[in-house]
Amino acid sequence: MIWNEKIETMNLEDLKEVQSKRLKSMLDYIYNNSTFYKNKFDKEGINIEDIKSIDDITKLPFTTKEDMRDNYPFGIFSNKSKLAEIHVSSGTTGNPTLVGYTKDDIGLWSDVMARTLGCAGAKPGDVIQIAYGYGLFTGGLGFHYGALEMGLTIIPCSAGMTKRQLKIMEDFKPRILACTPSYAMYMSEDAKDMGMDPRKSSWEIGIFGAEPWSESMRTQIENTWNILATDVYGLSEIIGPGVAQECTNKEGLHVFSDVFYPEIINPTTGQPVKEGEDGELVFTTFTKKAIPVLRYRTRDIVSMTNKQCKCGRTSPRISKIKGRTDDMIVVRGINVFPSQIEHVLVNIEGTTPHYQLVVDRSSKNLDTLEIHVEVEQKIFSDEIKKLTQFENKIQDEIESMLGVSVKVKLLEPRSIERSIGKAVRVIDKRNI
Amino acid sequence: MAKELNVFIDNKPGRLKAITGLLKEKKINLRALTIQVREDFGLIKTIVDKPNEAYMTISDKGFACALKEILAILIDDSPGGLDDILDIFAENNININDSYAFIIDSGNKAVYCVEVVDIEKVKALLEKNGFKLLDDQDLYGL
Repeated sequence: MIWNEKIETMNLEDLKEVQSKRLKSMLDYIYNNSTFYKNKFDKEGINIEDIKSIDDITKLPFTTKEDMRDNYPFGIFSNKSKLAEIHVSSGTTGNPTLVGYTKDDIGLWSDVMARTLGCAGAKPGDVIQIAYGYGLFTGGLGFHYGALEMGLTIIPCSAGMTKRQLKIMEDFKPRILACTPSYAMYMSEDAKDMGMDPRKSSWEIGIFGAEPWSESMRTQIENTWNILATDVYGLSEIIGPGVAQECTNKEGLHVFSDVFYPEIINPTTGQPVKEGEDGELVFTTFTKKAIPVLRYRTRDIVSMTNKQCKCGRTSPRISKIKGRTDDMIVVRGINVFPSQIEHVLVNIEGTTPHYQLVVDRSSKNLDTLEIHVEVEQKIFSDEIKKLTQFENKIQDEIESMLGVSVKVKLLEPRSIERSIGKAVRVIDKRNI
Repeated sequence: MAKELNVFIDNKPGRLKAITGLLKEKKINLRALTIQVREDFGLIKTIVDKPNEAYMTISDKGFACALKEILAILIDDSPGGLDDILDIFAENNININDSYAFIIDSGNKAVYCVEVVDIEKVKALLEKNGFKLLDDQDLYGL
């Protein structure tokens, strides 16, 4: 179903008018309420009165992850006194990324998530099993709000306890499953162990995201569970899940562009690319109140089309994520930056700055992260017991920083291949 | 006191050979060798005739290695030879971190190498009980 029919099927000219109007009021709002944006505009000599329509957006400055980090915790916020909720995700180094929602923002989130659910084929009265993590991660609660808005019956399972998830599915027959694609595959192994036939599950629709996944993985999930597997896109800096979603045609993700305005730019020049070309996805949030962002650079590489979809929605569609402009990797829904690992290692005596992250997908379809670290020649310990303690110490510190389990592998000095120029920090063996 | 050379190596084919190759080049002879293996790495422990030279050679090649003092105790190569020593360890509540033994003269003499925490104290204790502790020269003069 189309949840917000008026907006989602609006003709493009009217939509553009909405976008222009909203951009102007957004600029006025952030200039008057966010110290960060006021300073930025004043410094760059930007007069918001010069911005007449959405086409002028390219004259405005970008916002980056670094801006978020450097102004931690509340520097970018336009409203920090009436927050209903805050969420925190791991940052590149040092500071995490903080996002906040006013009550109105939660209302916006509920609306875009209801649109997301509708886009995937949900309708009021359906039962949804939410197996995204609840907590500081935005996945669980985002789906929860949207499902509440639409009038679904929610089973708030959160992630984990797989056997119980499967029992709940058998007992309550939810029609919709929301989780990471790797968890969907992982659950199928346990289902088989329990003597279940995954093809006979009650799930008809899957809404999978929070990590990149390929068309071949889609085929695998669809065949295994006998389910329609759709892709959801989002990031906490914009709102969480609910930024874009595939409809049942599975031909790109519909961006809710009346509230989250997408641009595709050349990551080097910052200039817009031609329609259909790959580039970095950039978002402006028109109506958010706590932490509106202007031209936020997601670092995700996608392409975009304005062609109207068969489903009737008029908003532009983005492709699945094709890559990143940085070396961030996503492991079991958690963002991991090599620099975070480096930060931990430089503070542990006995390790060298030479390390590698090896990401793989286990036979049970769960992502694994191995940290390869060279031991230092000098402070080398000559007792197995101490080396094991050393390995455990590195593992504990990395795990407590990332919030994801890792395996640490100690290597001989000089055994990681040196490269001229940029070091190869990540080896991703997953076929995604 | 006897010196043991410890080398950290990846647990994969050819790594031990990388070390023995270096020793061969320098004409360094091995008296004993043992490897402790973990899933990903191993720790070579070896007694050689020229420990300092071996250490320099291996560390120059970038290996993580260390020279370490251990107790090398001369024992009889006969039933109960080891047990007599372990009596003393047990009675005095001494924990053994690692140990290995090798024969020097079959049916006559063997050497028991042992790693403990308080090496000086244990050395004194063993000598008081009449055991002979070997140093590098002793080990190769046997």
